[in-house]
Amino acid sequence: MRELSFDNVFLVYRKDNNEVQALDGLSFSVESGASVAIIGPSGCGKSSLLKMACGLISPTSGSVFIDGAPIDKPRSETAFIPQDFGILPWKSVQANAELGLKMRHVARRERSQKAASVLGSLGLGEFARSYPSQLSGGMKQRLALARALTLDVDLLLMDEPLSALDSLLREQIQDMLLELWSEKGYAQIMVTHSIEEAVFLGERIVIMDSRPGKVIAQIDNSEMGSVSYRQSATFHDRCDEIRLLLMEKKPEKCALDASCQLEEGEGVA
Amino acid sequence: MRRVFGYIWGTVAVLVLWWALGAAVDSPALPTPDATIPVLIDNAASITPDFFTSFWRILASMLIGTALGAPIGLILGRSQRADRIIEPILYILYPIPKIVFLPVIFVFFGLGGEGKIVIISIAVLFQMVVSMRDAARSIPESAMMAVRSLGASRLQTFTNVVLPATLPALFTALRVTTGTAVAILFIAESMAGSTGLGYYIMHSWSLLEYTRMFAGIVAMAIMGVIIYEAFYLAERRLNKA
Repeated sequence: MRELSFDNVFLVYRKDNNEVQALDGLSFSVESGASVAIIGPSGCGKSSLLKMACGLISPTSGSVFIDGAPIDKPRSETAFIPQDFGILPWKSVQANAELGLKMRHVARRERSQKAASVLGSLGLGEFARSYPSQLSGGMKQRLALARALTLDVDLLLMDEPLSALDSLLREQIQDMLLELWSEKGYAQIMVTHSIEEAVFLGERIVIMDSRPGKVIAQIDNSEMGSVSYRQSATFHDRCDEIRLLLMEKKPEKCALDASCQLEEGEGVA
Repeated sequence: MRRVFGYIWGTVAVLVLWWALGAAVDSPALPTPDATIPVLIDNAASITPDFFTSFWRILASMLIGTALGAPIGLILGRSQRADRIIEPILYILYPIPKIVFLPVIFVFFGLGGEGKIVIISIAVLFQMVVSMRDAARSIPESAMMAVRSLGASRLQTFTNVVLPATLPALFTALRVTTGTAVAILFIAESMAGSTGLGYYIMHSWSLLEYTRMFAGIVAMAIMGVIIYEAFYLAERRLNKA
């Protein structure tokens, strides 16, 4: 992938007779190998944006392109990690890790070897025969990553991947995500509610306004890239900068607007 | 092993309660286990064909009801359009006790085994449709999305997500329906025909042979336990989550 681009994307969810505009003329792009963090208030369409990048839903108008071609279905080089990881509890750790390869009809032996290798590299080798219910939150997160990494993806989409983890584990997984991104070279887009997480993992931070969601700022954060960045003054200044921006733009209308209570994904785009 | 001990304890407890009740009532209509069990053993040869006849009818009905009802339930659970069309029909038909259609079924399918299998199948079918529809509706959307994002086809989504996610509900429905199916079988067999445990029990009752009647009841209980346990073991083997 050379470039993923959102071009004047509008998205309207319909449920019963209600229409809720989730995205309002959103435009931005993600270059090959980039790490983009998207941050914004609840209900601003961040998750919808990832689903569109993945080909799971289509914009109501406007287009989402990869290398100039519109995305109309999931592509094999994109991996998506949903908010609660999307791990299948009835499959073993090994079978979960192999799932993407299985969908692509990779031979059993090959997919088994590849999944075992990725699980091993993420410290889950000895749990290959376990079931997800036997794993901790951090291990489930790593399993979701393993499933994505078996696919040799060029675009990794993560929807609040660390929201369920405690702060210590969160930092450990953030470090791991940073290391994997630097090592593998894929582009990643991560939706998050955590300013610190966005600044630590995003070399560009896209800030969105509340529903209908649109990009209000894109902040260059190219200083990121090392674990020590978390302790730097730049890191803290950038966090403050984003915090201020979000507070300035914090919409009163969302608190008053009943439509903000409608969950994303309830309607059909 | 714990389950085996559970069954041993349950059997002993039921026998003691039964014996105590029989001794307290002291009526020929309620013979105690020590009177019934020897009769069951003595009449094993005459009960066995009826046992297997009833057993076959239950198995066939549950198989037919599940084979038809489970896919319908899954389709309704995953397709809002299909559900909108079928749901009103379900609202009306589901609460009607299916046994009321027994006379009609007997007219069309005769008084033999077929009519009995049809009426039980209908009862199982409705239970399956409702249970599987609810189960299919409650599949976590994140699991569906995760698999679809991997490029899964409809068939792959079905075999990897829909089927395993709804398997526990299928087995719960099967276990719950076992009781209903045995009850309908009893009524159907006692109303018409001259085979099956229902007939055996009511025929013994009409002859005032109460110990024989109770031997038939015990045989029916054994049949129910065997079916229930078979579903439990199948679920344990298939459902590893």
